[in-house]
Amino acid sequence: MQVNSKVINQTLYLSILGELDEHSAQYIRGELDQKLLNNFYRQVVLDLSGLKFMDSTGIGVLIGRYKKAREKNAPMFISNPTSHIDKILKMTAVYDIMPKIN
Amino acid sequence: MKFLNQMTLKFDSLSVNEAFARSAVSAFCVQLNPTLDEITDIKTAISEAVTNCVVHAYPNEVGTVEIFVGLTKDCVFVSVKDNGVGIVDLNQAREPFFTTKPDEERAGMGFTVMESFMDSVELLHNKNGGVEVKMTKKIKENKLMAKKEQNV
Repeated sequence: MQVNSKVINQTLYLSILGELDEHSAQYIRGELDQKLLNNFYRQVVLDLSGLKFMDSTGIGVLIGRYKKAREKNAPMFISNPTSHIDKILKMTAVYDIMPKIN
Repeated sequence: MKFLNQMTLKFDSLSVNEAFARSAVSAFCVQLNPTLDEITDIKTAISEAVTNCVVHAYPNEVGTVEIFVGLTKDCVFVSVKDNGVGIVDLNQAREPFFTTKPDEERAGMGFTVMESFMDSVELLHNKNGGVEVKMTKKIKENKLMAKKEQNV
């Protein structure tokens, strides 16, 4: 698993690659937090196109990062989830706080 | 219940085994020709049940998780069992957003995900302590395969 980041026009793009479950949660949480802390941005886009698997442990990780970004007044958005992850995000109402964008 | 094929897995409640458990169960179910969606649903439900064992059943020790999978011609039956600390109120545990570990960024959605992705979910007290989750998933007949067989 891996987390990549880039900043374009004050938007922080974070992409999570691999699988997000209890085993990888701690590592991915740390990587995301480091990038949220060390960059300047006005909004955050989580690119999930490279995330092959996620269960409800991942929901906790995403909501936790949303709160960190909110502390910096930066809204967070989700882009390109696979259909399976899209289903989990819809079911758990995550899009209410982190809207999906194209 | 009479199964056409069945298997049992026993492993330590280590988080590294979650990916192994969901991959092994889904690989076993492939013989029913499920769709990719059906396989992913089963994978996710297994991951939720095993996470519960790792995080909640054995919070301070490594215990044993036992998974049984039975197949009929169009249905997957799964049982995930532990001998851990158990759950006092089984109904409360199933409520969406209920978690005993809110400080650990837990969403409390594990059972909700299992219920949404499987056709039935049953939560029982295990005789030796701990809990057992029993789930079923109907595998729709693969229309394309059936048609091909007819043509042969």
